[in-house]
Amino acid sequence: MQIPTTSPAISYGAPPPEAPAKGLIKRRSTPYWLLLPGMAWLTIFFVLPLFSLLLTSLQSPYSDNPSDGFYFNWDFANYSEALSRYGEQFLRSFVYAGIATLIGLAVAYPLAYFIAFKAGRAKALLLVLVVAPFFASFLIRTNAWKTILADQGFIVEALNWLNLLPQDRILNTPLAVVTGITYNFLPFMILPLYASLDKIDPRLAEAGADLYANAFTTFRKVIWPLSLPGVVAGTLLTFIPAAGDYINAKLLGSINDRMIGSVIDSQFIIVRDYPIASALSFLLMAAILILVTIYIRRAGTEDLL
Amino acid sequence: MATTDLTPEVLDAEPPRLSAGQRFLTWLREHTLAIYTALAMMYMFLPVAVVVVFSFNKPAGRQNTRWNEFSLDAWTNICKDPTICDSVKVSASVAVLATVVGTIFGTMIAFALVRHRFRGRASTNLLIFLPMATPEVVLGSSLLALFLNMYVGSWQMPLGFWTILIAHIMFVISFVVVTVKARLSGLDPRIEQAAMDLYADEKATFRYVTLPLVAPGIAGAALLAFSLSFDDFIITNFNSGSTVTFPMYIWGAAQRGIPPQVNVIASIMFFGALAIVIVGQVIGASRRRAKA
Repeated sequence: MQIPTTSPAISYGAPPPEAPAKGLIKRRSTPYWLLLPGMAWLTIFFVLPLFSLLLTSLQSPYSDNPSDGFYFNWDFANYSEALSRYGEQFLRSFVYAGIATLIGLAVAYPLAYFIAFKAGRAKALLLVLVVAPFFASFLIRTNAWKTILADQGFIVEALNWLNLLPQDRILNTPLAVVTGITYNFLPFMILPLYASLDKIDPRLAEAGADLYANAFTTFRKVIWPLSLPGVVAGTLLTFIPAAGDYINAKLLGSINDRMIGSVIDSQFIIVRDYPIASALSFLLMAAILILVTIYIRRAGTEDLL
Repeated sequence: MATTDLTPEVLDAEPPRLSAGQRFLTWLREHTLAIYTALAMMYMFLPVAVVVVFSFNKPAGRQNTRWNEFSLDAWTNICKDPTICDSVKVSASVAVLATVVGTIFGTMIAFALVRHRFRGRASTNLLIFLPMATPEVVLGSSLLALFLNMYVGSWQMPLGFWTILIAHIMFVISFVVVTVKARLSGLDPRIEQAAMDLYADEKATFRYVTLPLVAPGIAGAALLAFSLSFDDFIITNFNSGSTVTFPMYIWGAAQRGIPPQVNVIASIMFFGALAIVIVGQVIGASRRRAKA
């Protein structure tokens, strides 16, 4: 969630962003002093924990009772066991997150397009409105979907009247989970899309029209390719948290819709089988990193950072 | 999508006599995107509207999901269940501290990245990006794995307020860096050079030129950090021990029924944050006008 006050920032027709100003760099040690506290914090509480997770994932229990503790012995079997036991939840997480990301892209693109090109003076206001819903707590908003999608609610009744719902209901079905995920991560899609659409010179579209391209061709050949960095960023920022999310699945879905995050959570906090739980966590991160790397390669925007 | 450009179709249409239906269709074609935007906005605000409306509900049973009767009870007696207000206090204090520390650390990193050239820049960028590309379950569970491994003899790192705070500072830093960086890299360094040419030293330039120009970015980053921290459930759930934050209270209450007081607090948060953002925008706009 990025705050709109910063993104449409006043640009003074500024120079290439990363160029450090000459004359401002006096002491060579200054940047390191600036980096020190934050980077130290991230190293101790982000990098180190990942190693700790890796070590824990290779431990074995002393006995069948997890509360007896664990010892380290390169137990790679934890990984195969985690996969065979919870492969289904893994797959489901990626499928739900993937569908929600695609729907989110379809919903967000026209909206971002309108804000970037057609909103005129309402631009800043619209950007505020895009982020505003997310100041009301995530959990309560998700819970509100229970009311909206309730079995006797207006939406379900209307769709049932049209015979559009295979299970006659939405709540406690995968449909509700995907609806919730799509909704909750929408600003992560809209803001990067807006940021890259806003950089496109509208005269390029006019040029397309002058060269006898119709609106659709102009969009396909000019606007869409130029907006690709935003599409890549937006889909990643949606897919990654969505794949690890379990709040939507738990509040809106049935037991059959459990996602991998939910398994990790209960293995860590309730079952306390730390090695299996750590192996699951590590697999989730590895799977996401691999998918993301392939995706970025394919999209051809490696200079995403 | 891009069909709203109003040239050829409009001109081709017969100008003299258009039936009401035709005029409506033309109007529709011109405004498709605007109508779509309005609908999308309604979609985004629908759950918020439900939250606010149901803060005035007097639920029939324990679940506050069906409309029963208008009542101001929840608004006049927010702390009826003291655990709600206690959890809000915990969340607010964590969020304030995490915002202060995270904003300072993150802003420093952003300045280093935009205003300095140094070795290790690529790995710094990577270390900033990775926490945002890591699912919250992994962040939360790996920190828990670390805290579990932090013991000396019989002393074990206790889970609670401080472990929550450590986790929150960790995950807000990256968002602060990205937000401040966006603002900072949009600034023309020549403005600072001009200040130096006019004999301002490095400190004065920073104090009177750079900082005021970057301030809106820092303020935005702080607001973002606060709302991320206040709202976080997944990471917190791993590292909280027996401490209960506001989202954790809601999660626990979700099964037995969320009381309308929770809707009241969410409504206050929503309108409060909206007010801050709008005031910020108005101030920014009037400053820009004053300068012009």
